Amino acid sequence: MSTSGVTFSPEQLAEVRRLQGLYPDPRGALLPVLHMAQETFGHISLEVEEYVAGLFRLSPAHVHEVVTFYTLFFQRPKGRHVISVCHNLSCHLAGAPKILAHLRQKLGIDVGETTGDERFTLLAVECLCACEHAPMMQVDDRYELDLTPERVDRIVEGLP
Amino acid sequence: MTETRILTRHFDRPGAHTLRGWRELGGYAAWEKAQGMEPAAIVEEVKKSNLRGLGGAGFPTGTKWSFIPRDHRGPVYLVVNADEGEPGTFKDRYLLERTPHALIEGMLITARAIRAALGFVYIRGEYVEPWRRFSAAVREAYDAGILGRGLDVVVHRGAGAYICGEETGLISSLEGRKGWPKLKPPFPAVKGAFGAPTIVNNVETLCHVPHVIAGGAEWFASLGTRTQGGTRIFSVSGRVRRPGIYEAPVSITLRRLVYDLAGGVTGTGRLKAVVPGGSSAPILRADEIDVTMDVDGLRAAGSMAGSAGVIVMDESVSIPEALMVVARFYAHESCGQCTPCRESTGWIYRMVRRIVEGRGRKEDLDTILDVARRGAGTTICAFYDGAVGPYISYIEKFRDEFEALIPR
Repeated sequence: MSTSGVTFSPEQLAEVRRLQGLYPDPRGALLPVLHMAQETFGHISLEVEEYVAGLFRLSPAHVHEVVTFYTLFFQRPKGRHVISVCHNLSCHLAGAPKILAHLRQKLGIDVGETTGDERFTLLAVECLCACEHAPMMQVDDRYELDLTPERVDRIVEGLP
Repeated sequence: MTETRILTRHFDRPGAHTLRGWRELGGYAAWEKAQGMEPAAIVEEVKKSNLRGLGGAGFPTGTKWSFIPRDHRGPVYLVVNADEGEPGTFKDRYLLERTPHALIEGMLITARAIRAALGFVYIRGEYVEPWRRFSAAVREAYDAGILGRGLDVVVHRGAGAYICGEETGLISSLEGRKGWPKLKPPFPAVKGAFGAPTIVNNVETLCHVPHVIAGGAEWFASLGTRTQGGTRIFSVSGRVRRPGIYEAPVSITLRRLVYDLAGGVTGTGRLKAVVPGGSSAPILRADEIDVTMDVDGLRAAGSMAGSAGVIVMDESVSIPEALMVVARFYAHESCGQCTPCRESTGWIYRMVRRIVEGRGRKEDLDTILDVARRGAGTTICAFYDGAVGPYISYIEKFRDEFEALIPR
């Protein structure tokens, strides 16, 4: 993506100003605006960091420090669907390693990788706090609960 | 043994998440009552109720509120910690989705008590559905004139970092920084978000506030123990027949929770161990579960009530493997600010992993215990102390299992 492609629409810029106005210091809106940026540009490249830094009059280094701190911000392109399998204790006890192994084999990629057709990114993540339905995973915005390999197949095959 | 449902009473009722549904259930009546009370009287009532923070630390809520300097002129902020992330805990997700107006009502009363005109609700980034549900409730409350007349509420999404559940890490994150905890003092009640006095309370704690006001402090206190009032929502998972949330007085025993409410142990059917308060709580053996689940009861038993996330392990569970999973979590989530935590969490994870993989050395267990003990209490926040709880308790209580994996 070229630098010139990194621009919010006028409506989005108005939303940035609205968000900045909600906080005693406009910088409070940095995380919400980074969420917006990722939804708009797919991931948060160095160019996006620089663009967002400009909107806040912050240094690109500050924005980089923030982006790299949080797991939900992607610095590189991700798949169309992000599959995040919880591998913390309750899910582990309920068979999360099997679910992860199944997905690795099914998608032909390792944890942290994206399929060649850019459809899926597979992640192992810490507790998503739905332990009563372990093992579970998050697919994009949705929590998928009480997983079995067969259920995982149906979910993955049902994705556009 | 049945539940005592106060916070969860309307969880199964369709429409309880809407303003109309909530009003039909008597919602916002406590707020009406609180508007006739002086702020200091609300603080006193909450103090007398023995309500204690239900996010993890268990600090007396009314006392926390009273730390705001009396002579302070200028803004005060109320921050709701909805960054639920303690492994084994899932109660706030239900509260945000099922009864979001209960939280708004708790915020209104609390904001009056601490004289805050602006509140932030920090919801973990992964909680997309709870965030949508709660945001919709906030819009309804604005449209009905419940919010926007004395209290404004900003719903803020996190972006994935366990440490932002620590109140000063949360404040850093809210200020548009990485979520590094801050040195205390000054405590947030004196100098918090954006430099102003700030009260940070957990979702469940604030949802209790309307009940304290409506039912009275004596009633609320009488539900619990001498030092902690009310009920709380226990999240039960792991090897139990009926995993889920259970609301009970804090004086319930761990045994009743596991066997009566959650239906008993699955797997082999024989209990080996229980983590009683989220993964940072020291583990309890099967013979240590006749303990009450209040803050002081579990402290006396050498563990902690924490976030009330109860993780049950039957006899077939490998404790070294469980510690490996827990240690991996702390290694991943250490924010990197303090050297003892940043270094030890990684080293200890790698040592536990090599023990589990059969490559352990004879001296490893004592090295882990030594490193864990030396680092405890030396860091800016309680994260590392929370990691030390499982490191030491898993090894001390199940040392045989670890030693059996180490080649002679």
